[in-house]
Amino acid sequence: MTVLRPRGAAQALRMYARRPDAIPLAGGTDFMVAWNAGERDGRAVLDLSAVREWRGIRRTAGVLSIGALATHAELGDDHLVRRHFPVLARAAAAVGSAQIQNRGTLGGNVANASPAADTLPALAVYDARIATAGGGGRRLQLSDFLIGVKKNALLPGELITAVELPLLPRRPDRQLFRKVGPRAAMAISKTVAAGLLWLDRGGAVRELRFALGAMAPTVARLKAAEEFVRGRKLTPALAEEACRLLDQDVAPIDDPRSTAAYRLAVSRNLLREFLAPRF
Amino acid sequence: MITLTVNGRRRRYAGPPFKRLLDVLRQDFGLTGTKEGCGEGECGACTVLVDGKPVASCLVPVCQIEGARVRTVESLGKAARLSALQKAFVERGGIQCGFCAPGILMTASAGPAPKSEDDARRKLAGHICRCTGYVHIVESLMAARRKK
Repeated sequence: MTVLRPRGAAQALRMYARRPDAIPLAGGTDFMVAWNAGERDGRAVLDLSAVREWRGIRRTAGVLSIGALATHAELGDDHLVRRHFPVLARAAAAVGSAQIQNRGTLGGNVANASPAADTLPALAVYDARIATAGGGGRRLQLSDFLIGVKKNALLPGELITAVELPLLPRRPDRQLFRKVGPRAAMAISKTVAAGLLWLDRGGAVRELRFALGAMAPTVARLKAAEEFVRGRKLTPALAEEACRLLDQDVAPIDDPRSTAAYRLAVSRNLLREFLAPRF
Repeated sequence: MITLTVNGRRRRYAGPPFKRLLDVLRQDFGLTGTKEGCGEGECGACTVLVDGKPVASCLVPVCQIEGARVRTVESLGKAARLSALQKAFVERGGIQCGFCAPGILMTASAGPAPKSEDDARRKLAGHICRCTGYVHIVESLMAARRKK
C-alpha cells in the first residue's frame, strides 16, 4: 500500500492534488477499525499526523479557530473552548473513551460525517464554519458541509484546515449537552442533543438553538421549534408545543441501536426539560 | 525507518509503515504484555501510553508516532518486583483471567491517581473486563493510591 506522509500543510495539499484517491487520515480512530477489518485494502492513505499547521486552538477577531487536527482530549481541556464553548468541551469529553479522545480529531469527526457523531450537535448550535484548503479553499456552514450519511462536501484534493466558531455576543442562560446511549463510554448515541437558550428580562425567549444527532441523515437544528418559541414566554404549554414541532426537522429510523419511536420520545423529553420554566 | 522510545529504550523499526503499534510491540519488539482484545478500539485491552497518554494501540499505525515515547505494561515492574499498582491488583483480586489487566494498568498509571471510586470508574471507562465485575479492579486502584 501507499502511505503518503507530508511534513507540512503545503506538501499535504500537493500530495493530495496528485493522489486525490488517497484517504486522508488524522487520528485514525474510525479509519483503523475499517482498515483492521480489511475494508480499505489497496487504498492509498494520506497521513496528516505530522502537519503542525492544522493543530492547535487559536482565538482571532471574534472567532475561535480549532485546528482540524486538534484532538478531542485537547478540546475538552482547552480553557478557551471550556470558557466560550462549554457545550463543545462536554461533547468532546463524551466521545468514545479516553483512548479515543487522545487520538481522534475534531476535523476527523466532522469529515467522517457520521449521523451519530457527538461533536456535531455542539458545532451546529455554535453555527460552526468549516475552513478548507486545496482548490482555493472555502468556508462552509456545517449544514452545507454535511450532505448525507457519512458524506461530506469536500472536493477531490480539498482538506479541512480548521473548524471556526464565532464567539457568542452574550452568554446563554441555559446550555445543554446530553448523549443518550446504553453506557457512558464507547456507546454510539441513540440520540445526542445540544442546546443554547437566551432569555430576555421578562422571561421570554430571545433565542433558542437546539440540535440533535442520530435523528436524521445529518445533524439537525430544530428550526420549527426554534422559530416557534422566539419572543414567547417559557411555559409548560410552550415547551409542549415545541416538542410537538420537533419531528418537523428530524427523521429518525429504527436500527440496531434504537427505534424511531424511542429516539423521538427521548429527544422530546430532553427538549421539554431544557425549556421547562425554572424558579 | 521509524524511531521510537519504548519503555525508556530507543528502538528502530524498518517494517511496513502502516503496521499497528500493537503488532510492532508484540512481533517486532517481543513485548507481548500488550494484548489484543477486540481490534476495534472498544475494549481497551491493547492500551499503552504514547507520550504519557492512554491510546488504543490497535488503532495506531506506527508511522503516526515517529519519535514518540511509548510505555507498555513491561515498564511497570518485574515478576519479582511488582509496582505498587500491580501488587494491589494481585492482593485485591483485580486480576482473574488477566487479559484486560495490561491495558487497565497502563490507563491507571497515567495522570493523577483517582480521587474517589467514582473517579476511578470514570478513568477506566474505556476498558472492558469480562471476569471481575470491576469491583475488585476499582478497589485495587484505590488501594494502590493509599500505598503511594
